[in-house]
Amino acid sequence: MTDRHGITLTINGRRYSRNIDARRTLADVIRDDCGQTGTHVGCEHGVCGACTVLVDGAPVRACLMFAVQADGCEIRTVEGLANGKELHPMQRAFVENFALQCGFCTPGFLMLAVGVLEREPDISDEALLDVLSSNLCRCTGYANIVKAVRAAAKEMRAR
Amino acid sequence: MKPASFQYHRPKTVDEAVALLAKLAPEDGRVLAGGQSLVPTMAFRLARPAHLVDINGVAGLDRLAVDSDTLSIGACVRHAAFHRPVTDGPLGRLLAEVVHHIAHYPIRMRGTFCGSLAHADPASEWCLVAATLDATLTAKSARGVRSIAAEDFLAGVMTTTLEPDELLIEARLPVLPADTRFAFQEFNRRAGDFALAMTLVTYQVDRGRVTNAHIGVGGAEDRPRRIAAAEQALNDRAPDAAAFAAAADAAAAAMDPMEDINTSAEYRRDLVRTLVRRALEQAAP
Repeated sequence: MTDRHGITLTINGRRYSRNIDARRTLADVIRDDCGQTGTHVGCEHGVCGACTVLVDGAPVRACLMFAVQADGCEIRTVEGLANGKELHPMQRAFVENFALQCGFCTPGFLMLAVGVLEREPDISDEALLDVLSSNLCRCTGYANIVKAVRAAAKEMRAR
Repeated sequence: MKPASFQYHRPKTVDEAVALLAKLAPEDGRVLAGGQSLVPTMAFRLARPAHLVDINGVAGLDRLAVDSDTLSIGACVRHAAFHRPVTDGPLGRLLAEVVHHIAHYPIRMRGTFCGSLAHADPASEWCLVAATLDATLTAKSARGVRSIAAEDFLAGVMTTTLEPDELLIEARLPVLPADTRFAFQEFNRRAGDFALAMTLVTYQVDRGRVTNAHIGVGGAEDRPRRIAAAEQALNDRAPDAAAFAAAADAAAAAMDPMEDINTSAEYRRDLVRTLVRRALEQAAP
């Protein structure tokens, strides 16, 4: 039994029209049907946060949304952060603060942090720590991730 | 780890939604709101609904407004709507405090207040709020509309008295008097985890005596509820350490705690005693 739907996703400004089964998650369709594999799929049940993307500006778990629900939405993924060869301040902060090791969780942390800071530029360092508790890093590189996000927050506020 | 197949329906109006539920509920049709509990359950194949009725596109269900002395929360109002006080006075501040204990930021972007009530996890913060503050819930079906008191709605672990063809369209919370004191306390082992026990308390102090005490406990039993014995132990007494300890003891004694592999009933009972005492102290003048 399949239930196919024609949908259009706008991912990082580019439109993708696809015919997909209702049971497909947004994470899988972004990766497998739209070829944007920067979004990683870890636990597939909303715990790890690796698949975090921005849907109409809100950081959400792409594994806890069906792609059909995102029909017509603006989606941003890690591929959309850099401006050409110029890294986003959050990406640069991750490099400068050694905030990635294996890199699997990194796209999720980047989209989470960028999404929250765009919505709440004046969020406190303490509240940021609570936000970041949402995502898992199995290399346990949390100290540098927190450092990088706080550094980028400062820079993004200054802009 | 991939959900099983289902037929997807996206009604535009409440009437369309309940008409779909009338037809599809007998064929294992379910409501999809925020999906932050249902979708993981489907990923594990613990739930395999044949139909999902997605209410995210239903006009009007995102309504969040104060109507005279009541805060109305529509079925699609998301947790994140409460990150900042939604109304002046203690109720807005109370909801803003509690919401930060619900899961994590990205989950709060999608999950809904009413969805939490309909899911009825014993450790749901919103279920505790609904029980403690005597929320009234509005259920609509093709058969009509009915109001259900929160205490009659929450029936047990993941169980409510909502009929399969009914849509929970709104929750209503009484606006709290301006001099209401409140505190929320919960205990879990890691940030964002389900609480092992939690409590929400509200009361007023009139001429040095506690009045209108509401003491709710969640996470400890099969459903959150007000603890009448604890409220009786506190009402009409001076808000002091002795009264708080008496109320906390009464709450602990009234418990029929759940047990799991990590948590004994006695441990949960002790947590309840401690959390109720802390909450009453935190709320004190």
